[in-house]
Amino acid sequence: MTPGGTPGAPGVVVVTGVGRYLGAHVAARLAADPRIERVIGVDPPEPGAEFTDLLDRVERIRVDAGSLGGLLADLEVDAVVHLALVSAPDQQHGGRSAMKEQNVIGTMQLLAACQRAPRLRKLVVRSSTAAYGASFRDPAVFTEETEPREVPRGGFARDILDIEAYVRGFRRRRPDVTATVLRFAPFIGSTADTTLTRYFSQPVVPTVFGRDPRLQFLHFDDALEVLHRSIVEDHPGTYNVAGPGVLSLSQAIRRAGRVAVPVLEPGLSGAAALARNLGFGRYGLDQVDLFVHGRVVDTSRLEREYGFTPRSTAAAFDDFIRAHHGGVVVSRDQLAAAERLVLDGIRQVRAAVRERS
Amino acid sequence: MSGPEERRDRRYDVPLTVADPGAARANGHRPAPDEPDTAATDEPVLPATAATADRPGPDEPAADKSRAADADRSGRDEPAADESAGPTAGGRTGGGQGGGDGRDGGAGQGPAVPDRPGDHWDRKVAKGLAFLRRRLAGDYEVDEFGFDPELTSAVFHPLLRVLYRDWFRTEVTGIENVPTDGAGLVVGNHSGTVALDALILSAALHDQHPAHRYLRLLGADLVFRMPVVSELARKSGGTVACNPDAERLLGNGELVGVFPEGFKGIGKLYSERYKLQRFGRGGFVSAALRTGTPIVPVAIVGGEEIYPMLADIKPLARLLKLPYFPVTPTFPWLGPLGMVPLPSKWLIEFCPPIPTAHLTDSADDPLVVFNLADQVRETIQQTLHKLLERRPDPFGP
Repeated sequence: MTPGGTPGAPGVVVVTGVGRYLGAHVAARLAADPRIERVIGVDPPEPGAEFTDLLDRVERIRVDAGSLGGLLADLEVDAVVHLALVSAPDQQHGGRSAMKEQNVIGTMQLLAACQRAPRLRKLVVRSSTAAYGASFRDPAVFTEETEPREVPRGGFARDILDIEAYVRGFRRRRPDVTATVLRFAPFIGSTADTTLTRYFSQPVVPTVFGRDPRLQFLHFDDALEVLHRSIVEDHPGTYNVAGPGVLSLSQAIRRAGRVAVPVLEPGLSGAAALARNLGFGRYGLDQVDLFVHGRVVDTSRLEREYGFTPRSTAAAFDDFIRAHHGGVVVSRDQLAAAERLVLDGIRQVRAAVRERS
Repeated sequence: MSGPEERRDRRYDVPLTVADPGAARANGHRPAPDEPDTAATDEPVLPATAATADRPGPDEPAADKSRAADADRSGRDEPAADESAGPTAGGRTGGGQGGGDGRDGGAGQGPAVPDRPGDHWDRKVAKGLAFLRRRLAGDYEVDEFGFDPELTSAVFHPLLRVLYRDWFRTEVTGIENVPTDGAGLVVGNHSGTVALDALILSAALHDQHPAHRYLRLLGADLVFRMPVVSELARKSGGTVACNPDAERLLGNGELVGVFPEGFKGIGKLYSERYKLQRFGRGGFVSAALRTGTPIVPVAIVGGEEIYPMLADIKPLARLLKLPYFPVTPTFPWLGPLGMVPLPSKWLIEFCPPIPTAHLTDSADDPLVVFNLADQVRETIQQTLHKLLERRPDPFGP
């Protein structure tokens, strides 16, 4: 036990991926917790200066994932939070191969380093509900025990399956370490900038014809809360983290005041592939699969073990809408006004007909 | 068709599109006995002519006369009647009525239509517009299976109601065997080339049951593979037939409907009609056992005649990746017209529930599961024979 660290809360925490939105916020939040002595942010060597103001209390080390090994032992690290995952290929930074390099190889190297860190007690790994894959025979609601029926075709989902497999191996080799795997639903919130928030910010939103998937979102602040609790409390195991309740895609688009444009599914897959090849747009087959099958998870284990219920999917989405009301095409007031107009029109016509007769 | 039945059904006529005022007027004079106050305010505009004389009052059970004729007549009479009626006639009859039920007030007397608070059609139009606005704004709830109760009761059930009530003249017995609250597993025979019987069963159950319960159907994964169809299935309360979903629904206290014969049932030839097929592995029984849910067998007669399947073109079915390719007297010969179901007479009987709460521990015991599945199968088969005796002519009244 490190001096200054209260029971349960670790003294030295390493956070990977602090150059990204989620990592930076988690590191800042852990640094603000007086129970935690040191927060060290690990980053790949490329510059990512956008979150420096958040990270003033976080020590930052720019290092390759490959040379982490000695570092974790030297720093006497108690806990590692692994958030350095890329959910969509970025053409400016190497595309799909760089994404796989960071997701899969990066996780392998981190876990190898963790295995050799003698003081390590806790490992928290970010995963995704994409781990359940997408199939027509899937049950409507996934519990943590549900196995994917077929290997997903999206790159991110395949990476997630690999990462979880490595964590299972790590658990076997280091049973003394509390390993927590958090399967997050897509993040949404007033400030978060993800593939999905960009998707819903467009005035005209492409959807898959004849499909109205059930979606769940997780408010970004609740994701921070769960990650924080995972570090300062002990919660071994795998947890679904999502806002309770469901929005269907069409419903979400209508609530956001956007217009849905249904596209035939083969066309959309082709368009996604084409957009990827041409280097614009970040929609992959992961998104197409999500918009065909939808994904709903059971969060009762999280609520039971953490004693925490994230705000509902609808509430999280409302928060997002309030922050992104700029691109609204059809607003609620316009609909109400149209309703009044039509009703008044009908009443007037009826009155006129009645008077004339 | 009896009066009370018709009265209950009227309530669901939510206008989705705004009818032109003329048609609205014509329809507005169809008796609407479930809304006595509006009927009362509608009365004043009616002159005391033959049109009123032969129109039944709000609570008279004489509503069973031909609706088509009624609507037709009011459509023809209306303009003339209004010409003679005018404000004075309205005021006169309105006053008389107002004394009668005390609900009429000044609304019927004033000629100003725009704010007639009790106007029956005005309210219907307003309700329809509010529904449209809610749908367009996304102000509705779906559950985790994608079930949309508002859409189901406002759109799907009214459409199915026409089919099951007027086209198939369905008679339902034993509705008291369906639990009023809590979980229940309704197990039926499958028939009819297209799984129309499941939809008819859910609509009939919802209408006839005192608690108006929704039947959550479990469908084959083929249904959920098809675009559009899959979403209609989910929005109307269906989900994929798998044990996790069945147990989750039953655990939530829902009424779940299954057809264990699956494609073997709907894809059988007409010569095999009303012969129950194999019940598979009895997955539905283990779902009921694990949750301690009573099983309610239901026999459905009438489904076999809607699309009598004379042959099954297997190579074509394989080519189209379908479980069978039906040939009926009308399909595919008449093209889209062949999709119109033949108007057979339907009888649905719910059998007494089979309790399973005492067998919760034997959910994995194949012997218990198969015995219970056989018991359910026998019950349905015998009830089918009984119902067939009651219905000598498949296309009778």
